[in-house]
Amino acid sequence: MIHYATFLYRCFRLSFVGPAIYYVWMFALSAVALVGLNAYCKQIVHGMGVTGMSDHVSWGLYISNLAFFVGMAAAAATLVIPVYVYRNKELSHLVIFAQLFAVATITMSLLFVVVDLGRPDRFHHMMLRFNFPISMLTWDVISLNGYMALNVHICGYLIYCAYRRQEPSKLFYIPFVFVAIFWAFSTQLVEAFLYCGLGGRPFWNSAVIAPRLVAAAFAAGPSILIIALQVIDRFTDYRVPEKALMTLRNIVRVAMSASMFLLASEVFTEFYTDSAHVASARYLFIGLEGRHALVPWIWTSVGLNLIGLIILYTPFSRSRPLLTVGCVMMIVGVWIEKGMGLVIPAFVPSPLGEIVEYFPTLNEWLISAGIVAFGFLVFTILVRVTIPVLSGKLAFDRPYHPDSEQPA
Amino acid sequence: MSLRIWEGKSAGKSSAPNFSRRSFLRTGTAVAGGIAALAAALNPLRELKVEEEFSIDKFLQKHYKEMNAEEMEHALERIRREVEHRYKVRPDVKDFRAKNGVEFVYALNLSRCIGCRKCVHACVDENNQSRAPEIQYIRVIEMPRGTLDLEKGNHHYDRPTVPDANHFYMPVQCHQCANPPCVKVCPVEATWQDEDGITVIDYDWCIGCRYCEAACPYWARRFNFTEPKIPEDQLNPTMGYLSNRPRPKGVVEKCHFCLHRTREGKLPACLEACPTGARKFGNVLDPESEVSQILKTKRVFVLKEEVGTLPRFFYYFDERYPLSLDPEAQAVAVSMGYASAESTLAQGEGCGGSCGCGKGSCA
Repeated sequence: MIHYATFLYRCFRLSFVGPAIYYVWMFALSAVALVGLNAYCKQIVHGMGVTGMSDHVSWGLYISNLAFFVGMAAAAATLVIPVYVYRNKELSHLVIFAQLFAVATITMSLLFVVVDLGRPDRFHHMMLRFNFPISMLTWDVISLNGYMALNVHICGYLIYCAYRRQEPSKLFYIPFVFVAIFWAFSTQLVEAFLYCGLGGRPFWNSAVIAPRLVAAAFAAGPSILIIALQVIDRFTDYRVPEKALMTLRNIVRVAMSASMFLLASEVFTEFYTDSAHVASARYLFIGLEGRHALVPWIWTSVGLNLIGLIILYTPFSRSRPLLTVGCVMMIVGVWIEKGMGLVIPAFVPSPLGEIVEYFPTLNEWLISAGIVAFGFLVFTILVRVTIPVLSGKLAFDRPYHPDSEQPA
Repeated sequence: MSLRIWEGKSAGKSSAPNFSRRSFLRTGTAVAGGIAALAAALNPLRELKVEEEFSIDKFLQKHYKEMNAEEMEHALERIRREVEHRYKVRPDVKDFRAKNGVEFVYALNLSRCIGCRKCVHACVDENNQSRAPEIQYIRVIEMPRGTLDLEKGNHHYDRPTVPDANHFYMPVQCHQCANPPCVKVCPVEATWQDEDGITVIDYDWCIGCRYCEAACPYWARRFNFTEPKIPEDQLNPTMGYLSNRPRPKGVVEKCHFCLHRTREGKLPACLEACPTGARKFGNVLDPESEVSQILKTKRVFVLKEEVGTLPRFFYYFDERYPLSLDPEAQAVAVSMGYASAESTLAQGEGCGGSCGCGKGSCA
């Protein structure tokens, strides 16, 4: 117990120590997170009126980001499956970063749920009267918190074992790893069911939403990890083998191809049928009755994903700069499509046929940016303390002082 | 060259604890700066009216269905106190319960609706909706003859006189569905269907997630995006816990068939305000009631039957006047100054919409 307390204390101290660039990065993230907190305080005082949402478009940027970041959390499975199911060697030392990334992205997802509530002061009502299993939102709460608990347990256990220089007992983490794989898919399923079970919203009333969420997440998630691993490779002693990046690149290729295929199926069904059902898709892709706020967004997204996919399919993407460019295109494209492109059009036109557009306000952008910055702050700290532990430089039997920590 | 971030900045320094004045000052400045930044970020919270918006009473108040009589009285007393403090009016707040053997149903005669929107405003006055921004439970849609596609309707028609001969008018409010999607999705059971068929909301339990707004196919629900504002002299002091008591910001509200009136045997405010008698309301379990007769004898329909919500809100056209407004309603519109005499004449001419020209007045 005392060892564990010391371990946590050392991690805490360690998160404040690093080279200049670490301070700059952490300072910038903290600043953005605080600006977001400030914007959220304004929202608490003045109400949701400070957002661009209305009775017509009653969900906006927050739920869009929720949809995206839940996907990023689930994308940890893209490393966990090759390592634990197919015994992939290159990725086995990197899989922990995917799991840590899942912890950070679920933190973001949960925060996006909280900032979307009109009465966050009544959050405890969830505990007192939980409409389970009828309301899909209760499933979402369970799926997010359960996935968080699984990943915190797996990462925490493995890292603490390394700190104690013990061989981790398989019984204590392997079963959880396999549960986490299934759980990752179920987070996507539940996230999709949140939307596609609503008969009054034809745009969401599509069975292909869950597969589309998985495909897009498995493209954008590993893309973020490819970039994160390159940063780790560059700024730490932790080496990331080239083959690992190429394996991830393969996963992105396949997932984005599937995502494009599913998008094409959906677009065909909507537009060829050309029933009243198509109104929202028409609004998204070509505009409806002269309103087309989302049209530039969705075509940017499709364009980025297509060009990014082509880049990743060519051998040029073996070079790290081009690989990064391709990955950034995947991330931005999916962020637009799985956020704004999935959530907003379902509200336009309204169920009574009114066309009211949604434009996020500055305050909403600031809150969202703050949450993303906070998530990356969490991820950076987790990686920051994990690397010295895993490389044996931070262990229970080594004297430690964060201001003057010595290499072995 | 790669930086090794876990080594600290001074790899060569002694590992002994180093509490020099310089490091103390540096750490102190950083901590103080951090706290100052956090305080600055939290600064807007100072505008929060903590004693008005949060109280231990409210925090501990149970879900409507879990309160016993004493706890309900306690909650009602708190509401009376708050309303009196804010609006300088002592309200009559009660908990109106559903009665046995009653299932309320609404029927709306589209041949009689002249689109005057009197129901909309009577509803706002009755139910203490926010006036700025104004929240309305009823939406009247001006529909071209020959279609029921709501996307072809106009919500914001603004004519010098109504009704327009080429359109019919379709008021939409909460349909009090027998299979309500809004109730299904609520994560905290803040909204439910009572025994008499009215879907109600406990405004003190709603967490403001707006999932019900997304689920409703009739766009019946409204969210309080800001603190509702009602002028003191416009407050209706007769209030129900589940109906028209003032709502806080951040919760959802909607039409509740004026349950504080209808559960006491009165009629909804929108019905009483209707000048043409287009609105009919009553207990469908009573075979003699007007609504029962209408359901039996008129060709009623519900909106969006295909979404399976089983609404308790029925529409019908009067078979006697397939091509035009009920002359009685038209006369009312003229006598009240909503319509001009010419538009009455226009009714008799042309196709009346039956040919599908979309204008309703081709020769």
